Amino acid sequence: MLVTAVLSGLVLGGTYALLAMGLTLQYGIARIMNLAYGETIIAAAFLAYVLFTGSSVNPVLGLLAAVPLGFAFGYFVYGLMMRPLVRRARSRENLEIDSILATFGLLFVLQGVMLVLFGSNYTSYSYLNVGVNVLGTNIAANRLLAFLLAIVLGGGLYLLLTRTLWGTALRAVAVSPGSAPLVGIDVDRAARFAFAIGGALAAAGGVAISMYQTFTATAGVVFTMKALIVVIMGGVGNVLGALLSGLMLGLVETFVATYLDPGLTLAATYLIFLAILLWRPAGLFGRAAR
Amino acid sequence: MKSVQRRHVLRVMAAASALLATGIAPGALAQDRTSVKIGYAISKTGPNAGGAGITTLPNYQLWVKDVNDAGGLELPDGKKLPIEVIEYDDRSTSEELVRAVERLATQDEADFILAPWGTGFNLAAAPLFDRYGYPQLAVSSVTDKAPDFVKRWTKSFWMLGGGHDYAGALAGIIKKAAADGTLNNKVAMVSVADGFGIDLVTAARPAFEAAGIEVVYDKTYPIGTSDFTPMINEAKASGADSFVAFSYPPDTFALTQQSQVADFNPKLLYLGVGTGFPIYGKNNGDNATGIMSLGGIDPANAENAAYRKRHEEVTGQGPDYWGSVITYASLQMLQEAIKRKGLDREAVSAELSTGTFQTVLGETKMEDNQLRTLWWTGQWQNGQFVGIAPADRAGASQPILPRQGWKK
Repeated sequence: MLVTAVLSGLVLGGTYALLAMGLTLQYGIARIMNLAYGETIIAAAFLAYVLFTGSSVNPVLGLLAAVPLGFAFGYFVYGLMMRPLVRRARSRENLEIDSILATFGLLFVLQGVMLVLFGSNYTSYSYLNVGVNVLGTNIAANRLLAFLLAIVLGGGLYLLLTRTLWGTALRAVAVSPGSAPLVGIDVDRAARFAFAIGGALAAAGGVAISMYQTFTATAGVVFTMKALIVVIMGGVGNVLGALLSGLMLGLVETFVATYLDPGLTLAATYLIFLAILLWRPAGLFGRAAR
Repeated sequence: MKSVQRRHVLRVMAAASALLATGIAPGALAQDRTSVKIGYAISKTGPNAGGAGITTLPNYQLWVKDVNDAGGLELPDGKKLPIEVIEYDDRSTSEELVRAVERLATQDEADFILAPWGTGFNLAAAPLFDRYGYPQLAVSSVTDKAPDFVKRWTKSFWMLGGGHDYAGALAGIIKKAAADGTLNNKVAMVSVADGFGIDLVTAARPAFEAAGIEVVYDKTYPIGTSDFTPMINEAKASGADSFVAFSYPPDTFALTQQSQVADFNPKLLYLGVGTGFPIYGKNNGDNATGIMSLGGIDPANAENAAYRKRHEEVTGQGPDYWGSVITYASLQMLQEAIKRKGLDREAVSAELSTGTFQTVLGETKMEDNQLRTLWWTGQWQNGQFVGIAPADRAGASQPILPRQGWKK
């Protein structure tokens, strides 16, 4: 029972982490609070659905299409919509408000396009919905895949950010966008890159969840909210934080559902969210507010 | 600093929704009547859009097309007037719905207003329909309070029964199967902690008890839950032959998938809203066989079969197996009542209440302003979701128990 709970918790948490990592990059490094993040996830989910049902391309291959598209979309949105905002913003707070307003508009544009294209119906398909025996517990192969994807992407990004010069530059921009240019970092380019990678991660998450979760054109906000909780719990801009707090959230939910009551999962989620914010206001891995 | 950001998010979102809440321009006033104005507010966006987009909206569109293709709504003098549609999106908020219905009644001066989607939304709109004297044909609402509502709002009609009807029918099926020795008398039950789930589970507990059925696992889960593994594992370990979930569509789909993964094979599997959606049959194919839920159809009813075919041709999607056909029938009743009584809303309401109508359901008649000839339980059999209870209703199919295990 315990092993089962741990494994299903980790796998559920993997989904949360996968969904949150892109947002933490966009919010932490590019300083754009992207309210249309969930819509990007849904758009990728629809892409996977169309590829799978239309031309029977399996979603794992669909990733190969969705991830570059997500990257391009993020790159494009940043260049077109966000850069003017960044240019005219007088302070970080200013940029945050502007970006919230702009992405709130983008949310409705994306949602509207998807409603026109796909209607408002529940969409789902079944792929890799078979049990895989892990330590005597049956885990759905599609969820396991999402978990592995989260670990690989999360771990890879963490190494990139901490071990490479390029990653160090990105982190420098996150820590102090004002001083980064002094050491020769092109802040605009770094932010644009971070935003685009965020878009690529959102797309990867969207394809992964489309394999096992039912979605509608208007369900994006649910994912944005969940991702926001994970991002804030983990510390804004911290990929490892998002990964770990996502896994933790999954574990807590599963343990509460197994040993207490499934009705208390939401309450438990917000309880640990509160506890972490009280204990570490900047999130698990966040630096103290400047 | 972080808390400041969050407050910003909330404030900005509140301001933006207030901005977006202002509606669209009203229709022009018609001097000479050249059309009949039919208005409705429905959830085209937001969390309810998924349900409304399957059961209600396609039928409204199909009906308007059917009527206008035939030259329009026929009036008692034989004249035909085309339908002019006024449509609002309530964006899945009841405040917006109330505003839209008020606007339809006062500014747009709609001749008739069609009901919104959902139990709560029909209740929210009922006082307005009543105040402005519009008949309300509430289809997509399951409520045990309908007998009270028809007294309070005399022009309201409730057409999908109540939780007790569905729970009672299910208890009857389990009781009979347990008496035959097909199932043990134990049930594991989960329900969504929201309107539909609460109503149904509240009705199911006493119904099961009265039928001598032992509920060995009974938990609720919050709306939006995506992982049901813990509940499935508990239910599997509980020793119950029957698993009942009063669930919403995303939960229904997830429970189906996750039960397969967990190799959870209850002999009776009953799931909530979404089981009767066309996509459910399509996605699960043979594996759907034997799964039970609310609603159903009589597979031998030719009119219904023709309706299903036309629905798919016109709207591009199949109707569901529960509320869809009732929605269309309610519109046919309205159409026929207008033909008999004209555009006088008082007379049309009286006719709806007492008249007998030919619809896709066959001969249809309200009892105390409620439609009571319904399928309380259905089951997937041979690629169709057929009605199995009430068993004494003409056209009822025999339940298949125990259901087959998952095919991989």
